[in-house]
Amino acid sequence: MSRIKVELKKKDVDTIKEICRSFNNNPDELINVLHTTQHAFGYLPAEIQEVVARELRIAVAKVYGVVTFYSFFSMVPKGRNPISVCTGTACYVRGAENVLSEFRKELNIDVGETTPDGRFSISCLRCIGACGLAPVVMVGEKTYGRVSPEMVRDIIREYEDQ
Amino acid sequence: MADFKIHLLVCGGTKCRSSLSTILTEQLRTEIKNQGLDDYAQVVTTGCFGFCEKGPVIKIIPDHTIYTKVKPDDAEEIVTEHIVKVRKVNRLLYKDPKTDKIITDARGMEIYKKQIRIALRNCGMIDPESIEEYVARDGYAALGKALTSMTPEETIQVIKLSGLRGRGGAGFLTGLKWELTRQTHGDEKYVVCNADEGDPGAFMDRSILEGDPHSVIEAMAINGYCTGASQGLVYIRAEYPLAIERLKKAIQQAREYGMLGEDIFSTGFNFDISIRYGAGAFVCGEETALIHSMEGGRGEPTMKPPFPSVKGYLGKPTNVNNVETLANVPVIINKGHEWFSSIGTERSKGTKVFALAGKVNNVGLIEVPMGITLREVIFEIGGGIKNDKKFKGIQIGGPSGGCLTEKHLDVPIDYDSLVDAGAMMGSGGMIIMDEDDCMVDVAKYFLDFTVDESCGKCTPCRIGNKRLHELLVNITKGNGTEEDIERLINLASVIKDTSLCMLGQSAPNPVLSTLENFREEYHTHIHDKKCPAGVCKDLMKYEIVPENCVGCTACARACPVGAITGERKEIHIIDQSLCIKCGACMDRCKFNAVIIN
Repeated sequence: MSRIKVELKKKDVDTIKEICRSFNNNPDELINVLHTTQHAFGYLPAEIQEVVARELRIAVAKVYGVVTFYSFFSMVPKGRNPISVCTGTACYVRGAENVLSEFRKELNIDVGETTPDGRFSISCLRCIGACGLAPVVMVGEKTYGRVSPEMVRDIIREYEDQ
Repeated sequence: MADFKIHLLVCGGTKCRSSLSTILTEQLRTEIKNQGLDDYAQVVTTGCFGFCEKGPVIKIIPDHTIYTKVKPDDAEEIVTEHIVKVRKVNRLLYKDPKTDKIITDARGMEIYKKQIRIALRNCGMIDPESIEEYVARDGYAALGKALTSMTPEETIQVIKLSGLRGRGGAGFLTGLKWELTRQTHGDEKYVVCNADEGDPGAFMDRSILEGDPHSVIEAMAINGYCTGASQGLVYIRAEYPLAIERLKKAIQQAREYGMLGEDIFSTGFNFDISIRYGAGAFVCGEETALIHSMEGGRGEPTMKPPFPSVKGYLGKPTNVNNVETLANVPVIINKGHEWFSSIGTERSKGTKVFALAGKVNNVGLIEVPMGITLREVIFEIGGGIKNDKKFKGIQIGGPSGGCLTEKHLDVPIDYDSLVDAGAMMGSGGMIIMDEDDCMVDVAKYFLDFTVDESCGKCTPCRIGNKRLHELLVNITKGNGTEEDIERLINLASVIKDTSLCMLGQSAPNPVLSTLENFREEYHTHIHDKKCPAGVCKDLMKYEIVPENCVGCTACARACPVGAITGERKEIHIIDQSLCIKCGACMDRCKFNAVIIN
């Protein structure tokens, strides 16, 4: 896999340490620690995992194992406008697949990738429970319902300058 | 709901919020204030009404008017017309899709007629962020009753006699589970609420937590009293931010009111709840995997026995119950086991919440008595199939369940009948499919999901399901052979018999049930290399009918890959080797000259 080298500043290391401490450096809280850390940094590169492992006194391999196990954690930064296409069953039967391929075509990236300018990334998610609005797309925190392939270009245009 | 004459209940579920219900609430409040109605009418944000297709939804009490698809700009009209002039805003009222009749009273709506709301009793009725409103509807009365006038054994007995079974999927008797945890010796015990609702298309647990979080907290405290645990944990998906927020608030309120903490109801009983987050792994809904995840590890399941009630979280006896199961508990304690067991069938008591989705008119959350038929659910409550298409199948129980068809429409919905029919209750997702859905593709879709979500620990699930998926991909690409059907069946039965946990054991169900009920569709894919529903792209061919083509060149200009050639006013031709089957030509043609073959 692609490996991004990250240099952590002392300030960043302190932030991670602070997060671990807020969970009493308890290894049982690893997932909560990782959630909070990812929220602060946007993603979880190897260097951050190393600090977390040291603070919680567990093996880096264990942290890596957990990060890669759960789809919520990411080792690469997402785009500034992360696009999530729901591929839950209800959205699927109402045409999510066509919407997804339109996004891929428009942005010229695949699922799990980020555009070279860092503006957009595409991911799939499994059901946000808004099945009445199927198919559903989320860009950041904003939800778009009943999306058709024709709407894709307009949705992307909304974020062009961000 | 003390002094106000009129209550405007605005749905604040995830779905309605994404259709701007928060701005709508603000607008209504401003409008009420502007018109000097502060003491007369109030706006309450509630949990989900279960009528999600038409959101945002407003219900006005006391006259039970329901307004659908309300926009923030409609606020003024509703306040001026409905509240001041007491005239209903006709254009926002719900129209019955079958009869085109405008419904003025929600109680007359098909979607609500056949429902009995127990687990959802407060959803859409109270403000979920207010413990007072919960208490006003008998909230925490069951906890008080159990703590002050019943022994733990008596309480367990009530749950056992009620016949309540786990609503998360397998349907284990809840009372028996509690008893097992109680009987196991341990210096510390835990009760866990499983709110890791990963089944795509199911959202009942989320709606309960968003609409009535206190009922789950109360039930967990009762559970703690019965099993001898003083610590409760809620394991919830990180994908549910609103449910998390409301749950956190509810826990805080319960502590302030002395419903959680030390010496609850002055009985010396101590109990508190903390929250653990999931991180997007379907397998964590399995209780042993869930426990490993709560311990900070990878959510991989382990062999049972030992069951969690013997050796669970941190090696201590742990009772794991699903959200919906817990939401039933306080009512059973309050109203008694006879009342609860009078609803439902012989071996499945009470009600079940289903998330109705897919190609049905009324998408939403419904709670129906066990024993109701699929026909009643789809055609009465669900209002029939969208756009008057033909019903084809229904997937019950998500990726672990099965696909049932027309001939099963009169099967009563209960744990055992569904298993006999080749599906399962699962967590309660119901996806309705019509004639435009390809069943081979649906089976492939679910396999794709389980392959993706398999934790990879045991071989049958990790490799077997991947092979199953490959076989299905081959068939949908037109490369399938007759022997593939035999292979699918053999492989599926091996995976079912040998997988470690329910995820693997149930993963082949969609394949087996579609093979059972839609075998001809597989044959058409394999022998005729055709997809009757027109879903499998590789089996589709766009062609131009010479008789209809007028040579307008519209299709050629629309084609993104330049696969269509032909001079103006001459018949056009599609080069099949270049065609990517996007359908742009068909959309563009005004003369019905492009057809799918």
